[in-house]
Amino acid sequence: MKFVKKSPWIIHYDGSSCNGCDIEVLACLTPLYDVERFGIINTGNPKHADILLITGSVNEQNIPVVKQIYEQMAEPKIVVAVGICANSGGIFAECYNVSGGVDKVLPVDVYVPGCAARPEAIIDGVVKGLAILEEKQKYARKKN
Amino acid sequence: MVILLGILFIILAPLVGGLLTGIDRVITARLQGRQGPPVLQPFYDVFKLIQKESIQVNSLHRFYVYLSLVFVVFTSGILLVGGDMLLAVFALTLGTVFFVLGGYSTRSPYSTIGAERELLQIMSYEPMVLLTCVSLYYVKGSFFVKNIIAKDVPAIIYLPGVFIGLIYIITIKLRKSPFDLSTSHHGHQEIVKGITTEYSGRDLAVIEITHWYEVIITLTLVFVFFATSSVLSRVLAVVACLVVYFLEIVIDNAFARYKWQQTLKYSWIVTGVLTTLNLIVLSFFH
Repeated sequence: MKFVKKSPWIIHYDGSSCNGCDIEVLACLTPLYDVERFGIINTGNPKHADILLITGSVNEQNIPVVKQIYEQMAEPKIVVAVGICANSGGIFAECYNVSGGVDKVLPVDVYVPGCAARPEAIIDGVVKGLAILEEKQKYARKKN
Repeated sequence: MVILLGILFIILAPLVGGLLTGIDRVITARLQGRQGPPVLQPFYDVFKLIQKESIQVNSLHRFYVYLSLVFVVFTSGILLVGGDMLLAVFALTLGTVFFVLGGYSTRSPYSTIGAERELLQIMSYEPMVLLTCVSLYYVKGSFFVKNIIAKDVPAIIYLPGVFIGLIYIITIKLRKSPFDLSTSHHGHQEIVKGITTEYSGRDLAVIEITHWYEVIITLTLVFVFFATSSVLSRVLAVVACLVVYFLEIVIDNAFARYKWQQTLKYSWIVTGVLTTLNLIVLSFFH
């Protein structure tokens, strides 16, 4: 059985987001969308998390932070980039301090578009990510 | 026969404990106006954690968690086959102390703060746990669970004050708010899960299973207060356990967290006053 599909725990990191996507991520946890129905928990602890949800672009200052969070997570793990800033840098892509999307630093598995990304889209992205998570777990087991 | 029964109970206890935790999560969600996860969600979580990689900070921190599980399993085994309550309570304390040592061993600040707060929680509830055993001995003349529940009159008749004190500390023991100081309920709070911060994968699953055992142990203490030799009273005692557990869930959702000073002060005042008064009153009639 692939239980990782039944209890994906999320850690949420706000890169240099305008907070628009952030509140949409948190809206998923509210009674209206209630992602805990699917066993999703917002852990805030990289060692407990399966999915790294990043909003906002990466810049020179948060690159080491993003990398450190990713490295602390236990395998199998996936990265979901939420919102256009996390995907490509969005309207801030040309700024002198912005490096671009999250994929400049980490291997991103799912891109969720939108400015701000809608809660439905975020849930959709995470569910898409679960299939990838399952594949990664299979691969990890083969490697062992 | 007793050993076989003990093994059976030790296997059944986490299943019931996990189920109760699942029901807890559903009721919590309903109280907050949400749908909530499936009842079997805690089992899904634990199976997932077992399949995940466990990151080892050092060789000892994993060892402490397994040791903690061993002692908690030992405790539930003793209690469920009707053994010595005093021995069970000391073994339970030892289990918790190893859990604290696990928190200290990682040297992470969150984990250390969690371990320190857990020690303060032990200080808050431990006197009451011992007083419960002592009071039960005073009334029933035995520390053995099987002797206590073999009498005709339930202990709650003699010890209502002690029972309320016990309910008060069960909230601390189950690490429910307002007393979720050491391992905050939600990972995104200030101590990011306290003692369990540095645990992942299988070790975290072991902590979760330990907690299931602890749920059963605390409910067994409630059971002892209501059960007598008749079968009906034992059914009633199980109902009482469920009512107490529901009460804990409601309290969990209705309170913000206390500071450690408040936890220590109130738990000692409440349990001290209730138990002392109860025993003084009882001494006049006994």
